[in-house]
Amino acid sequence: MSNGAAWSGALIFSPVEWTAIFLSLKVATVGALSSLPVAVGLAWLLARRRFPGKSLVNALAHLPLVLPPVVTGWLLLIGFGRQGIFGRALEACCGLTLSFRWTGAALAAAVMGFPLMVRAIRLSIEAVDVRLEQAAQTLGAPPWYIFATVTVPLATPGIIAGLILGFAKAIGEFGATITFVANIPGQTQTIATAIYSATQDPDGAATTWRLTGIALAIAFLALFVSEALAARVAKRDAGG
Amino acid sequence: MIEIAIEHAQGDFSIAADIRASGRVLALCGPSGAGKTTLLDVIAGLRRPRRGRVAVDETVFLDTARGIDAPARLRRIGYIFQEPRLFPHLSVAHNLTYGARFASRGPSLVAVADVVALLGLEPLLGRRPARLSGGEKQRVAIGRALLSNPRVLLMDEPLNAIDDARRHDILQLIETLRDAFAIPIIFVSHRVSEVERLASDIAVIEAGRLVEMRAGKGAP
Repeated sequence: MSNGAAWSGALIFSPVEWTAIFLSLKVATVGALSSLPVAVGLAWLLARRRFPGKSLVNALAHLPLVLPPVVTGWLLLIGFGRQGIFGRALEACCGLTLSFRWTGAALAAAVMGFPLMVRAIRLSIEAVDVRLEQAAQTLGAPPWYIFATVTVPLATPGIIAGLILGFAKAIGEFGATITFVANIPGQTQTIATAIYSATQDPDGAATTWRLTGIALAIAFLALFVSEALAARVAKRDAGG
Repeated sequence: MIEIAIEHAQGDFSIAADIRASGRVLALCGPSGAGKTTLLDVIAGLRRPRRGRVAVDETVFLDTARGIDAPARLRRIGYIFQEPRLFPHLSVAHNLTYGARFASRGPSLVAVADVVALLGLEPLLGRRPARLSGGEKQRVAIGRALLSNPRVLLMDEPLNAIDDARRHDILQLIETLRDAFAIPIIFVSHRVSEVERLASDIAVIEAGRLVEMRAGKGAP
């Protein structure tokens, strides 16, 4: 084989690699979007309300950030595996199996990205002027309406930042994913776990390079989109 | 009848005032830091005093002795803050009608078109607050409070950011509201001339204490 042919071949993704790329995007999108409402709700509670056990709730939400990911993955396996309480309940009620499925990878991605999301969104909610919320109160608006029409719109840049952070974390998630759903090519193998497999394979250098390139491209695109969206929101609030 | 009896402490600062006014327009005046804005916040339900009673005519908003403390959103008190507090992400038109969907209780005080005409807001309706002058923002804030169909109007230095040309109009507007709708108005001012002309009752407050209560030149 000539050098030229080897190089052109090196740029073409194999079907297993394509599957890993699409699976990563699917897992990260589903994981980030499904945890977003929970993250916004919790961020609001932490930013605006005082309640008993608040510091405990805050610590629990941040746990995945400080625990070794492998521990998080193992805890997910214990809780959401086929024999776990939540896993059995989900299978009984909705026929949903998480362990060793892409849905489990999405759950692992959501859990790992959650603390980053909550932090970014909490900061942006704290930055919303409480006096505007008070003004809305005097105009007769109930708390849920103020949340939806004042707090969330004004915190949108932070919510977008949180969403992108959660998505980026999900794309890169490795430890919890491989522990909870393993690394099955074509089924649960994501970009990160595929790169890991390729680095263990003496012939895997080309795969590693291709997938690294894709990982870089997705990361840049995510950052670019988040900047562009935040700029649009800033322009809107400046009266544009 | 406006009744405000409050005992409140916050750090080193304390307020103990018992104000009763029989007229329709009560002015709270005194030097800055006297506790005037704190009183308005208590009346609006944004701040809860240690002890107190706030009532206007037959409506009791707060009575700590009887365990009454209506939430701010149910008090129907139109509050025009010292800084306009407009919603920056909404147009002037949407700011004006923000409270409208919650204002259905009770007969409507004024129509949107009347408020827009009275305050000269027509050319501003599509703009965002960031593109308004200080006086324009204040006029929108007044309009927004009026359109929430309030039982009482609170105004914190309402003419502060208004230029002289509009000041007369706003004064007249306040008089119109007082006379045509019989809506009680409580306002805070350090301008004695303003206070004299508009108010039926004047409460002078210094360092959280009521030091003088007298009649103004406004109709009782």
